[in-house]
Amino acid sequence: MRGQTEALEHQHIVRAFDEELARLTSAIVEMGGLAERQVADALRALSGRDVDLAAQVIQTDKKVDELEERIDQDVIKLLALRQPMAIDLRMIAMALKISNDLERMSDYAVSIAKRSQRLAEQPEPKPLQQIPRIGQSCLAMVKDVLDAYVERDADKASTVWNRDKEVDDQYTSLFRELVTYMLEDPRTISTCIDLLFIAKNLERIADHATNIAEKIVFIIHGAEINRPRHEVE
Amino acid sequence: MKGVMSNPVSVGVPSPQSGSTTQRNVKSSIRDLNFFYGDAQALKHIDMEIYEHAVTALIGPSGCGKSTLLRCFNRMHDLTPHTRYEGEIRLFPDDVNIVSPEVDPIEVRMRISMVFQKPNPFPKSIYENVAYGLRVRGVRNKTELDGRVEAALRGAALWEEVKDRLGEPGTALSGGQQQRLCIARALATDPEIVLFDEPTSALDPIATASIEDLIISMAGSVTVLIVTHNMQQAARVSTYTAFMYLGELIEYGPTNEMFTRPREQRTSDYLTGRFG
Repeated sequence: MRGQTEALEHQHIVRAFDEELARLTSAIVEMGGLAERQVADALRALSGRDVDLAAQVIQTDKKVDELEERIDQDVIKLLALRQPMAIDLRMIAMALKISNDLERMSDYAVSIAKRSQRLAEQPEPKPLQQIPRIGQSCLAMVKDVLDAYVERDADKASTVWNRDKEVDDQYTSLFRELVTYMLEDPRTISTCIDLLFIAKNLERIADHATNIAEKIVFIIHGAEINRPRHEVE
Repeated sequence: MKGVMSNPVSVGVPSPQSGSTTQRNVKSSIRDLNFFYGDAQALKHIDMEIYEHAVTALIGPSGCGKSTLLRCFNRMHDLTPHTRYEGEIRLFPDDVNIVSPEVDPIEVRMRISMVFQKPNPFPKSIYENVAYGLRVRGVRNKTELDGRVEAALRGAALWEEVKDRLGEPGTALSGGQQQRLCIARALATDPEIVLFDEPTSALDPIATASIEDLIISMAGSVTVLIVTHNMQQAARVSTYTAFMYLGELIEYGPTNEMFTRPREQRTSDYLTGRFG
């Protein structure tokens, strides 16, 4: 079995390289922390009908974008100046992709926050109770995948990867439920459409967490998770 | 990886470019090779297959045995007293053990030529540098000599630069040109394997790029074995890479895999600059 800790127990001869890699990792962790909080706050803003909290989520997006840009520049600099190999190369190349996934997560959180502001102006819809369930599943995946990244734990990442189907199933059942509401009472259509988009955004956030899980496994083992993944229709 | 092939059959090995499996012939098979400088053992139980018409790079820190292994291929160590070979380097298709004392080193060098770290043209004209090996082999016919000198100089991507001044001394050329002249000299006798020992360490980046380009294009017709300290160079030119450490072969495989996901911790440490 390829070592889980390949090359990581030793430091680079050029110590500046270690510092640059640590800086890159901490930028990803910082970005992940922000995105995770955005998702959590967007969910709280939605259920608590808290428009100010939703506004904060929207504000944070700018910070996340800035971090993504910094990571892009750091990666290009590392590739040009250090010519990384083996696990270093995988780590640096995947930082580029993971930051992209985190940036997308942040965008979805913003989208949820915006819809929560609109929903707060209307009477509380009955199907709203279903959202927190899928929301918590998503949030747990985001949290665990970030832990797996920090701890370089491929097993933990694989567990997150396997949980994507759970969220997909929750989304499908919520979709059916919302369609039923809309058929029963067409006056709820506008609200239900908002909820439907929120559910879809959550489902996409879980997909990005799953993508990150795949990249963590690639960093550690140098191989893809090679199984067909359940895709939601 | 270290399994010894009993027959010189073609084996399926992953091609770094396509990821698919390409059939390659084994040009040479190293079997349990040990080498000693007096009491010091410089190579320990090396088993590896060298694939025909491919570039194989030997990498590793100083003193790992990579140059020692390369020099076994043209019996360079015979010139050093108190050295000893054990084991075999079988050369195909005729399956001869080139490190056997019964095999004449001159015969080996006819088939396996070498290019060194510093360009070392003979103090002769450009033409004579290339023709020398042919004359030694008894080629006297002027037309044949001219043809083969031109072919070798073209093979070394030097012909266009020197065709109008073949009578000038080889040492009058630039460093990069001198190295290409040495490659032409090595190619003139139609060798089966060409050995390169740090061929660009004395050259600037432009001359290095032209030598690397040449090595890659040569691999279509000859088998190339190259020792280099420059890992990026190994990554750029070779199809297979062998990592050696303290006289042992640690890991050997398609270059693409070695540089992206080495199997051994020691390889990874070396490639990522974590050695020590």
